[in-house]
Amino acid sequence: MARTLLAIYPHSPRRYDEMLAADGSVRPHWNQFLEHLDAVTPEEMRRRLDFSEQRIQENGVTYNVYADPNGADRPWALDPLPLIIPPDEWAELSAAVAQRATLLNAILDDLYGEQTLLAEGLLPPALVYGQHGYLWPCRGVKPPGGVWLHNYAVDLARSPNGRWWVIADRTQAPSGAGYALENRLIVSRVFPEMFRDLHVQHVADFFRDQLDGLTALAPVEGDEQPHMVLLTPGPYNETYFEHAYLARYLGFPLVEGQDLTVRGETVYLKTLRGLKRVHVILRRQDDAYCDPLELRGESALGIPGLLNVARAGRVVIANALGSGLLASGALMGFLPAICRHLLGEKLAMPSVATWWCGEKPALDYVKENFDDLVIKPAYPTQNMDPVFGNELKGEARAEMLRRIEARPHAYVAQEMVNLSQAPTWSRAHERRLLARPVGLRAYAVTTPDGYSVMPGGLARVTTGAGTRIISMQRGGASKDCWVLTNGPVSQFSLLKPSVGVRDLVRAGSNLTSRVVENLFWLGRYSERFDDSARMLRVALSRVVVGGGQKTPVVIAAMELARRLGVLPEPGEDTEVKEGGEHELLEAIYDPEQPGSLARNIRALMWSATHVRERLSLDHWHSLNRLQRDQQAALKTHPTLTEAIAFLDRVLGVSSSLTGFAMDNMTRDDGWRFLFIGRRLERLSFLSMMVAHFLRMPAARSQGSLEWLLELSDSIITYRSRYSRQPELLPVVDLLVFDESNPHGVVFQGNVLGNYLERMGRELGDDFGAGLAAALAPLQAFDLRRLENIQFDSARDYSACEELADILQSLDSAANKLSEALGMRYFTHVGDVSRQTMAV
Amino acid sequence: MEPVRYRVLHETRYDYGSNVSLSQQQLHLSPRVLDWQQVEEQRIDITPVPTWRRDGRDAFGNPVTWMAFHTPHDELFIRSAMTVAVMPHLPKDIEASLPWEEVRDRLAYDSTDPIPSDLDATRFLFESPHVRVKHELADYAADCFPPETPVLVGTQALMAKIFREFTFDPEATTVSTPVLEVLEKKRGVCQDFAHLMIACLRALGLAARYVSGYLLTRPPPGKPRLIGADASHAWVSVYAPGSENDWVDFDPTNNLLPNTEHITLAFGRDFSDISPLRGIILGGGGTEPDVAVTVIPLDEEDIPEELLVAKADASPPSRLPKAADASKPAKTDPDDK
Repeated sequence: MARTLLAIYPHSPRRYDEMLAADGSVRPHWNQFLEHLDAVTPEEMRRRLDFSEQRIQENGVTYNVYADPNGADRPWALDPLPLIIPPDEWAELSAAVAQRATLLNAILDDLYGEQTLLAEGLLPPALVYGQHGYLWPCRGVKPPGGVWLHNYAVDLARSPNGRWWVIADRTQAPSGAGYALENRLIVSRVFPEMFRDLHVQHVADFFRDQLDGLTALAPVEGDEQPHMVLLTPGPYNETYFEHAYLARYLGFPLVEGQDLTVRGETVYLKTLRGLKRVHVILRRQDDAYCDPLELRGESALGIPGLLNVARAGRVVIANALGSGLLASGALMGFLPAICRHLLGEKLAMPSVATWWCGEKPALDYVKENFDDLVIKPAYPTQNMDPVFGNELKGEARAEMLRRIEARPHAYVAQEMVNLSQAPTWSRAHERRLLARPVGLRAYAVTTPDGYSVMPGGLARVTTGAGTRIISMQRGGASKDCWVLTNGPVSQFSLLKPSVGVRDLVRAGSNLTSRVVENLFWLGRYSERFDDSARMLRVALSRVVVGGGQKTPVVIAAMELARRLGVLPEPGEDTEVKEGGEHELLEAIYDPEQPGSLARNIRALMWSATHVRERLSLDHWHSLNRLQRDQQAALKTHPTLTEAIAFLDRVLGVSSSLTGFAMDNMTRDDGWRFLFIGRRLERLSFLSMMVAHFLRMPAARSQGSLEWLLELSDSIITYRSRYSRQPELLPVVDLLVFDESNPHGVVFQGNVLGNYLERMGRELGDDFGAGLAAALAPLQAFDLRRLENIQFDSARDYSACEELADILQSLDSAANKLSEALGMRYFTHVGDVSRQTMAV
Repeated sequence: MEPVRYRVLHETRYDYGSNVSLSQQQLHLSPRVLDWQQVEEQRIDITPVPTWRRDGRDAFGNPVTWMAFHTPHDELFIRSAMTVAVMPHLPKDIEASLPWEEVRDRLAYDSTDPIPSDLDATRFLFESPHVRVKHELADYAADCFPPETPVLVGTQALMAKIFREFTFDPEATTVSTPVLEVLEKKRGVCQDFAHLMIACLRALGLAARYVSGYLLTRPPPGKPRLIGADASHAWVSVYAPGSENDWVDFDPTNNLLPNTEHITLAFGRDFSDISPLRGIILGGGGTEPDVAVTVIPLDEEDIPEELLVAKADASPPSRLPKAADASKPAKTDPDDK
C-alpha cells in the first residue's frame, strides 16, 4: 500500500528530505505515520481535511494580509501533515535554541549596560549605534531579573547534509506561537491515533513555563497578585488573531496602548472599575512605538512615560524595550566569538554563513561570489526584500553593487541555503504527496531555570517546489511540528478538561474602559444609522409619490431632516434643486458629508472593528457588505428606487444587529453600555423629532402626522388602536407619553433610568438624577391641552410650543448624561495624545 | 585666562486654551558641566507644581528632568535660571590636527580593541533621526576635504561654505525638515545648518555631535538689553583626537569657532536627543509655546533685578515678553566680533 503514495513522491538528491533517506528508504520516525496515511481512504482523508478547514473558519483563524479596514484577512493556511522530529535530534536542537536565547539575552544586557563587547572589539559599533533599533533612552535600564529577552523565536532550516542552521533571530515581539498552538489543536484531531501512538510531546507545558517565568519576574508588592496584560497594536495588525487568541489562552486582558496609563512610576490598566496596576506587559507592539515621550514621538499607539516605569523596575516588559536590535542578520558572524566571551562556551548551532559588508574583506568576498549569495538588509528596520545574486542581471546588478559600495554597513550577504523538503498533502489531487521546501520557527521563553523551548513550533512550507522564500504574506502554508519522545508524554493542559464550580466565569468584570467605550458608541451609531435611514426613507418615498414635485409634504420632511442634522444646512449660494432628489441621494451615499448615512456606516464600522470579537461573523459580514454596497454606489449613480431598496436593507441589517444584541450577548457591563448608548441616542432622536415637528410651520399640513408615525416606526401600532386618520393628541400620546411604546420618549427614558440604577448599584455612581429631573415635567404635562387641536389649522400652538420646550430640555439632559458617562468611564479614544516641543 | 560669567533665563509658557488632563514632559534645560564650563547655580521652577518629578542623566550624560501632571491645567510655565562660567577653549592650532582620513580610519571597525575615546566618538558617527547620511552630502563636503587636509581645517572650510551658500530664513523650514531638503533649498535656521553640517561630516566617516545652548547677543549700541530677546541656539562639535578636548565646536550659523560666548546645555546625536522641552499631552487646544531667553554677561552689565536671584516662587510674570521666534536666533554679523 505504502508504495502508492511514495511511488509518485519526488525525491531530490540536492535537498535533504525529511521523510526519505538519501537511498530513498523511509526514515524510521516516519514509517508509522506513512503507513497510517496509506491506510486512510480518500473519502476519510477528504472528511479530515474538511474538518480542518471548518475549524479554521469557525475559530476565525486569520492572517491579515494588508492593513485593510475593510477586513481583507485571509483564513490561515494549514497543511494537515506534521513535520516529524525524532527525540535525539530534538534534544540537540532544543539545547542549541536555549543556548542561543541565553546568549542573545546576555548581549542585550551588555549593549544596554557596560558594552564590553564594543570595548573589546567583538562587535562593530555600526551594528549597535548604527541601528535605529538601538534605543538610546533604554541605555542603563535594568529590567527585573536582568531578563531582556522573555520570548525568543528562531527561524531554522536544514542544509543538505542534515544539519540545522539558524536563518534568522526574532527578538522584537516574536509571532507564531499562538498559530502553532492552534495548528496543534487541529492536527492532533485530524490524526488522533497517530498523535497518541507516536508519543508526541505536548506544547501546553511551554505556555505554562511562559506564565511561570513572567510570574516569577513580576515586581509585585505585598500580597498583590501579578496582573499581566497582552499589548497589541490593534485589529489592523497582521497577526491580531493571534494576539486575541493567546490573550484568551493565557488569561491576560488584551489591551491597546490607550488602555494603559502611567502615573508617576507605575503603569495602570484603565478598567470600568478604576485603575488597576499592571506588573507585566507581554508586548506585541514594536518597542520604538511604546513610549511617545522618549521614543518615536509621532506614535499615538504608545504609553507616554512607560520608560520611566521601566527605569524604576516597576514593570516587566516582555520583551524589554530595545530588544529588537538583535534581529539584525549582520550579527550572526560575530556570535561564535561573543559566545565564547560571554558564556565561555562554544556556540552550539551554526548560523547560515553570513558576511557583513561593513568589513572590507567581507565586502570583497561578497563582490566576488555574488551569484552564490542572498543580499539582505543589515538592519531589521530597513525596508528591503532579500535579493538573490544569481537572479540579478545587467543594470539591476550594477545598481545593487553600487548601493552596497556606497553604504556597505547596511547590507549582509548570506549563503544560499537549499532548504530541506517535507511531504505535504496535495489539495489538487485525490491522493498525492508533494515535496515542498520547509523551515521551522522554534520558540523559547524565560523561566527561573533558564530558557524553556517549545517542543515543536511553527513549520512553514512554500507555495511551489522551487519557491525560495517562505512567507505567510506570500501565500505559504503552515504545518504542525511533532516532536517525538521516548518517555511518557506530559498531560498538562491550560485548557482544562472540564470546568469545576470554582472555574465558572460570570459576566466579565475585567472590561477595559476602551471596550466599554467602543460598545457605547456602537450602540449610539447603530441607533443613529437606523434613525437617519428611516428619516431618509420617509423623505425619499414622499419625493417619489410626489413625482419629483416639491409638495408641501416633501418640503416639511426635508426641513425636519435638516433640523435633525440628517441633511446639511443649505449654503447661502446653493439653490435647493427641485424635488430634492440630489440632496437626499448625497445624504445617503456621500461619506464626506457630515451627518450622512454613509458617514454613520463608517463610524459604525469603526466601533464594530474594535469590538469585533464580540460580534457574530454573520453580522460582521452584513456590515461589511453594506459598506461595500454604499462604496460601489458612489460610482454608479443609483436611481431613487435603488436608493430606497438600499435603505430597506440598511434597516434590515439594523434590526438584525439589535436582535443579536438582545438575544445573544451576555448581560455584562459591556452589554449594558451598548444599550445605554442605543437608548440615549433614541431618546435624543425622538425628543428632538417631536419637538421640531411641533414647532415647524411647514409641518402643519395634511398628511404630516402620518409620516411622523412612519418615521418613528409606530404607524402599525397607531392603526391598530385608532381606526381613523392620525390626529395630534393620540399621535403625541403614542410618541411621547405611552409607557409601552418602545418608539416613545417616556418608554426610552424609563428604560434608560433602569439601566442607570442597576449600574449605579454595581459601580457605585448615580447618574440617574439629571434624567429623572428632565422627565418630571412630562409627567406633569396636562394632555388635555392638546384636545381639539387641528394640527394643520389651529389658531393657538402655545401648548405645542410648551411641550416642545420640555422635550428639548430632555434632549439636553441626555447629552449631559452622555458626557458625564464618558468623563467617568471612558478612555476618550477620540482624544489622542499629542506631542509638544519647545526649544 | 579668565572665565566669562553669564546669567541665563529661559522661560517657556504653554497656553493650552482648554484643559490638559494628563501631561508628561522631558526637559533638557539644565546646563552640562564641561572641562571649560562651570555651573555655579541653576534651578528650574514650574507652574503648576508637577505631580511627579525625577532628575537624572540621559544616555549621553546630559542632565535631564522628567515630570508629570496628573490634574487638569490649562497652562504650563517653566522657568530655568542659571549662572554659568565659560573658559576660553579655542583650539591652539587647527593646522596641527590629524589628517581627516586618519581620523576616519581610526573610527572604522577593524576587529581589534578600539581606543576608548574613538569608541566613544562612534556614538556620533551614524545616522540618527534628523541626520540622514547620503552620498549627496559627502559630495557637497568633498571640496572642503582634499586629501591630507587636517580635520579641523576641512571642518572650518565646510562651515564657511555652509555660511556662504545658505541663507538664514526662519520661514523656510520646520523642526522636521529633512537635511536633503535643506541642502536643496539652501535656507534654514541654526538647527538646520547644524544638522546639515553633521550629516556632511558623518557622510565622510567623521564623528560629529549636535550641541544645544545659548549665544550671547549684543544689543544695538546705546540701547538697553531687552529681556527675552535672545533664543536658544545650536551648533556642531567635531571629533578631532589630539586636540585639547578631543572635540572642537563650530557654529555654521555664524561662521565662527565658539569660545566664551556660547553656553552649552547638552549634546547628542541630533536635536531629537536633547530637545529642550518635549512632552505628550492629553487634551488642550493650542500647543505653540511662547519662549523667551535672556543671556547677560555678569561682569559687563547691570543685571535687572528680576534676574539677579532665582525666584523662590515660580509665579509667572504677568506678561512674558514675546520672543521674535523661539527656534530662530537673530543672525549675528561675524564682523562685530
